[in-house]
Amino acid sequence: MQIKPILSALRRHKAGTFLIAAQIALTLAIVCNALFIIQQRVAHLSEPTGIDEPNIFVIKSEWVGAPAPDQADAQMRADLQALRQLPGVQDATPSNSYPLRGDGWDDAVRLKPDQAQDSSGSTIYFADEHFIDTLGLKLIAGRNFRAEEVGHMDMRYKLAPPLVMITKALAERLFPGDTAVGKTIYLIGGPATVVGVVEMLQAQSVEHWASDFAYRAVIIPERLNVSLGTFYIVRARPGQLDAAMQAAAKALFAQNPRRVINDDDGVLSFSEVRSRAYERDRGMAILMGVICVVLLAITAAGIVGLTSFWVGQRRKQIGVRRALGATQLDVLRYFMTENLLISCGGVLMGAVLAIAINLWMVTRFEMHRLSLMYLIVGVVLLLLLGQGAVLAPALRASRVPPVEATRSV
Amino acid sequence: MSGMFVHNLRLGTASLRRNVLLTALMIMSIGFGVAASMVTFAVFRAVSGDPIPHKSSQLFVPLIDNRGPQYNRHGEPPSALNYVDAVALMRAHKAERQTMIYPVALSVMPDDPQRMPFKAPGYATYGDFFSMFDVPFQYGSGWGSAEDEAREPVIVISRALNQKLYGGNNSVGRRVILDDRQYRIVGVTDNWDPKPRFFDTFSGNAYADPAQIYLPFSYAIAQHIDTRGNNNCGSDGKRGDTWETWLHGECVWISPWVELSSVAQVQAYRQFLDGYAREQREAGRFNWAPNNRLRNVREWLDYQRAVPQESRISMTLAFGFLVICLVNTIGLLLAKFMRRAPEIGVRRALGASRGDIYRQFLAEAAMVGLAGGALGLLLTTIGMFGLDLVFEPQIARLAHLDASLVLLTLLVAITATVIAAFYPTWRAAQVQPAWQLKSN
Repeated sequence: MQIKPILSALRRHKAGTFLIAAQIALTLAIVCNALFIIQQRVAHLSEPTGIDEPNIFVIKSEWVGAPAPDQADAQMRADLQALRQLPGVQDATPSNSYPLRGDGWDDAVRLKPDQAQDSSGSTIYFADEHFIDTLGLKLIAGRNFRAEEVGHMDMRYKLAPPLVMITKALAERLFPGDTAVGKTIYLIGGPATVVGVVEMLQAQSVEHWASDFAYRAVIIPERLNVSLGTFYIVRARPGQLDAAMQAAAKALFAQNPRRVINDDDGVLSFSEVRSRAYERDRGMAILMGVICVVLLAITAAGIVGLTSFWVGQRRKQIGVRRALGATQLDVLRYFMTENLLISCGGVLMGAVLAIAINLWMVTRFEMHRLSLMYLIVGVVLLLLLGQGAVLAPALRASRVPPVEATRSV
Repeated sequence: MSGMFVHNLRLGTASLRRNVLLTALMIMSIGFGVAASMVTFAVFRAVSGDPIPHKSSQLFVPLIDNRGPQYNRHGEPPSALNYVDAVALMRAHKAERQTMIYPVALSVMPDDPQRMPFKAPGYATYGDFFSMFDVPFQYGSGWGSAEDEAREPVIVISRALNQKLYGGNNSVGRRVILDDRQYRIVGVTDNWDPKPRFFDTFSGNAYADPAQIYLPFSYAIAQHIDTRGNNNCGSDGKRGDTWETWLHGECVWISPWVELSSVAQVQAYRQFLDGYAREQREAGRFNWAPNNRLRNVREWLDYQRAVPQESRISMTLAFGFLVICLVNTIGLLLAKFMRRAPEIGVRRALGASRGDIYRQFLAEAAMVGLAGGALGLLLTTIGMFGLDLVFEPQIARLAHLDASLVLLTLLVAITATVIAAFYPTWRAAQVQPAWQLKSN
């Protein structure tokens, strides 16, 4: 291969060579990190909730006039009865929160009453005996709550239910390799016996701070009576989501008009809940995607521009080479190889820079280490881009006729 | 001189026309680079700005560690106060002005039965709130310490709520019923919604919809009006299980603010906080050394990370993008200028000095920068409409294109291009007159 003459030619164009290499290096560094951010965000927003999302919607019913706990509870039971009677509704359950809602009640779980360090953080979901069926959860051990076991409590009352259900993730954390059913866990207010384990139920927050206990939840057999209001989670019969959503709010107002159901977020289908929860992740992925595409386009354009200039400058030399017997393919290969050499230098610098940027972002932002895969993908992408960009000017160079050697500039 | 400058600009424009492809590439490169930077900067500027610039160094959040080293996070006291400490700081009255704040939402039942009830979000606070934060009033004013002490049901409503309920007329002195309680309206605020809402980051309301009501903290507590914000209890179990025991438990939910206008006052307040914590220790409530914080608005917003992470990441990457666009521009300018080596040789041979060449080519670069800036401005405008796709609506709506951003866009584009042009111009000026003439 004709690498030596190429190198000596490049030595005469130090500035141009360096500029193309630098541009490739910077582009690689940014594209790798952007692709990595996209992958992280997409992976995050693809995490499952464990519930029957297509058929579920959520109602936020706020009370007018801050009712006392007993009064609020009576209203909640009446509301639930009204909701369950609707033809399009399969089941309904009251709760303080639901997966992806953003905030709610998180609390400590311990294995002994006097333990200083928590055994785990956990999402606390308040529920009745319809919770599992409404959300479409899969019970993998033990049993569901019985109707007579479901009570109600004031928001501030001690969190000390006699029995609870927990998620598999929490069970594995608390009792690794052992069955959880029948065991005692300690919530902030006292001991509770685990009666059932559900396969999967995601936390209410998908923010970074809650990632430690993302799928660990305790389900409490109480209706939580809050003076502000409550959520009702409703599962529509298949294909009847829209109709059920419309009927539900009407049914609640018919039951008692002294309530507020917001126009914009009072009744939300779960797909809307999901899209709101991951707005930022989706946005970042889109932005990074746009930056990548434009960046690659600009780098390609830069390579085309500079190589065209070189070809223009060297028409005479190309002519001489052709006159001395070089084929069109030789000339084409010359420029392709030249670009490959520059690109290799660029991606080497770029790989170091990409890792440096990533390490810096790990310390500044809540980010993970760049996986090597992205570096490799980025390197291949940029080498191909370079070869693709140089093709047109190189073809033009190969068509320079040998007679050019005899012309003056 | 100015005639020369115009001449150089003319030469520049003519030369730009001569090589359309390279020129277009440069303009696009600068346009995209500048637009990406400006759009992300507009968002960053909106979320990282000082929400109360003339007073941000005089308003402070005092925090008291009521958890102790075993239960606090990374040695930091919780980011709000419990009721006991809040009341103690108000009683001590050691700052020029002070207030306690917690978010509430009261139901409004419109007189017209056809209209649905709705929730009006706002804050329970003290009368000092309005003067501390310079709240502008359309009608009336805030309430005073007399109303605070007497726990009076007075209320300040926002201009928007006043518009909704009273058609924008002066409603001061009128009675309004909220959640079955009657309040006397004492003031109507003008449009006021500092972003980020520095005084309510604890409940995550930095970018929430504007507040519509303000009522006395003392009255809200007397009426058992619940917070609709965060209630952070820690895992030490001292929570309380009724309204009264909860008020005296260690859950934190109240945002405290004090106004201190001199270094001496800040120093004195720190000493007061430490003294208070020591008293609590002596009384047996804390069994750890005083661990207090006193942060002003800027320090507080930093600590609370009020600027969304996404905004920082995207701005960082967008500026990296601009750098690449500039490297690209250097390369293209180099190609463009060197292609004209013969012309430069002729001009030099005819008596043009190096300085003339510098001026001519930098003027040409400035033209490219201006064109790139114009394209950048167009793309920035388009980008502002696309912000909804990238940021949450409450963040996206904060960013806007104003005169300063337009100027900045053009300035960045031209400055960056001229800086990028230094090296290629230097190369052009090095062209030897004799050599070029010989080769021709």
